[in-house]
Amino acid sequence: MNAGRFPCLHPSLIQKEIFMASISKKNNRIFEIFAATPVRILISLVVPTITFLVLRWSFIYMRDSEASKFLIGIVALTVGVGGVWVLYAATDNLVGIFPVRLRDTLRPFVFVGPAVVVLLFYIVFPALRTIWLSFLNRTSTEFVGLKNYAFVFTDPEMFIVMRNTLFWVLVVPFVAVSLGLIIAVMADRLKPSAEKIVKSLIFLPMAISFVGASVIWRFVYFYQPAGYDQIGLLNAIITMFGGEPIAWLIIRPWNNFFLLLIMIWLQTGFAMVIQSAAVKGVPSSLLEAARIDGAGEIRIFFNVTIPYIKGTILTVMTTILFMVLKIFDIVYVMTSGNYDTGIVASRMYQEAFIFRNNGRGSALAVFLFIVVIPFMIRNISQLRENRR
Amino acid sequence: MSNKTKNNQAITQSTPSKKSRPALHIRSWTMRLVLFLIVLIWTVPTLGLLISSFRSPEAISATGWWTVFGRLFHAEWTMQNYVSVLFADFMGLAFMNSILVSIPSTVIPITIAAFAAYAIAWMNFPGREAIFVMIVGLLVVPLQMALIPVLKIYTTYQLNGTYLGIWLAHTGFGLPLATYLLFGYISSIPKEIIESAHADGATPWMSFTRLVLPLSKPAIASFAIFQFMWVWNDLLVALVFLGTKKENALVTTRLAEMVGSRGQDWHVLTSGAFLTMIMPLIIFFSLQRYFVRGMMAGSVKG
Repeated sequence: MNAGRFPCLHPSLIQKEIFMASISKKNNRIFEIFAATPVRILISLVVPTITFLVLRWSFIYMRDSEASKFLIGIVALTVGVGGVWVLYAATDNLVGIFPVRLRDTLRPFVFVGPAVVVLLFYIVFPALRTIWLSFLNRTSTEFVGLKNYAFVFTDPEMFIVMRNTLFWVLVVPFVAVSLGLIIAVMADRLKPSAEKIVKSLIFLPMAISFVGASVIWRFVYFYQPAGYDQIGLLNAIITMFGGEPIAWLIIRPWNNFFLLLIMIWLQTGFAMVIQSAAVKGVPSSLLEAARIDGAGEIRIFFNVTIPYIKGTILTVMTTILFMVLKIFDIVYVMTSGNYDTGIVASRMYQEAFIFRNNGRGSALAVFLFIVVIPFMIRNISQLRENRR
Repeated sequence: MSNKTKNNQAITQSTPSKKSRPALHIRSWTMRLVLFLIVLIWTVPTLGLLISSFRSPEAISATGWWTVFGRLFHAEWTMQNYVSVLFADFMGLAFMNSILVSIPSTVIPITIAAFAAYAIAWMNFPGREAIFVMIVGLLVVPLQMALIPVLKIYTTYQLNGTYLGIWLAHTGFGLPLATYLLFGYISSIPKEIIESAHADGATPWMSFTRLVLPLSKPAIASFAIFQFMWVWNDLLVALVFLGTKKENALVTTRLAEMVGSRGQDWHVLTSGAFLTMIMPLIIFFSLQRYFVRGMMAGSVKG
């Protein structure tokens, strides 16, 4: 994934000058007092203890208290935002009392340690445990071997879920990327001001949550039986032309298409913005050479522009593919997976948190994980190459 | 388009110009029409929602929202939907909960990630390379892989349904990306700046808090916006760790719950949906540059 680096520049060295001035001033005053060893040791022990006690108290307070929501809110914000900083400062200070060599060995771990601990406890260990749980039964009390995987790959209901997932994964990235590219190329020829407006409006749905977008589209798809006034936009258009209203979310298998349309609506802006930058990077000499050779605009698009930005197109496609794979909200809100619209991620939620079947839920999660493993390996090997 | 601009285009078409952008070769009216239609499809659904949210319940269910254009000034406008969704449907409470969840869930991972990124970029310690490889590997792990075991632990330690629980969950799930992005930026700070600061007697703490952090502001701002938006718009993590009880609900879980229980009451659904969108929209319009950057950088999140 090459979206990693921020295209920002570093401010000048002035920052550093200001910084140096500030520490040399401070050095003379406050730090001399703290430098006295007994005071320092005292501070180093007292501060973390107090911090810990305050955090503990506030946590219990938030959990158990019947106090007003507003008061809890203030405590929550202070603790959440400030607590973490105080903890770091206190530990760093604690390490500071050790002799120089020990201090220099320990300090990096003060900085990097919390991140490692959080990653281990929130991703690495749980992921390993999920793999283990996927071989156990629904309450994780008994080893069942590959039974959960047999369910994932052979159950008739799961067959539909897999079919839908494949449908989503094939259609959404392709359509979103194509549409995004077409819009980018067309908007590129508008006046800069018009281009900006068009792009903003297409990008806008990126700001909307999947839940919000689902409500927006439920309203568009809203169905009333024939004879009633249609207040859903789509059915109103259809009845206006004399057609029968359609229950968009219920007609199988097409309802899947109306659900994934929402995802396309949300992701096209993303595809457009990235590809727009790439399209602007196609050298105009290349385009003009093609034009002089008599190539039409359509041919240029397919034979010059697309080959030139192929790398970007692939990146955007894989990125959207990832998002589609894990998307659960749209199906959850629109149909709860009924009417044959379930996909792996939504089914995983259902199995694990509604049917309370940890085995099947874990197996589905592992399935999602296996799909992304090749990309994980590629990322790591790319990293290795870059560092060499 | 006026005749004059058409002429201009004819001119640029006939002479291979020095302009960097190519002139139009497909008929520009077709193109404009297509583009206009696309923009229409992209905006009309949201517009319909916004308009409906200001119409009375009776009017919404009687006529389509587009009919108001015929009678803009004597249509059935009302603010009542917002009042009832905010108070009777607890959306106001959910809004406050969302703020209380989103701000720490943004600040905590950024803090932890910035410290870690600094250490990996500028400190020497055993295992440094391994930690970085782990972070890159974890970037794409779907968060579904972590939900069941974390929930089990939360149930044991009564962290389920607490602010602390969901802050830490978002911290954990957002941390690989945050560290990776901040590392990319922090490690590109010129070496001389950091080294001369240390030569002048700055401790790592000082050079981190007063040099590296201020320098990394653009990167931090972009990621902060991405993470805030992610947490604000998240449904899955909130459903699993906070649940749908009214006092705990966030705007997303509240809205999803309303779709289930009041699926036909468009007056509260439209106004409720719009309330959940206000915060992201404000950020989008006020910080567009950082917003786009953040969304681009964050798109790889697992």
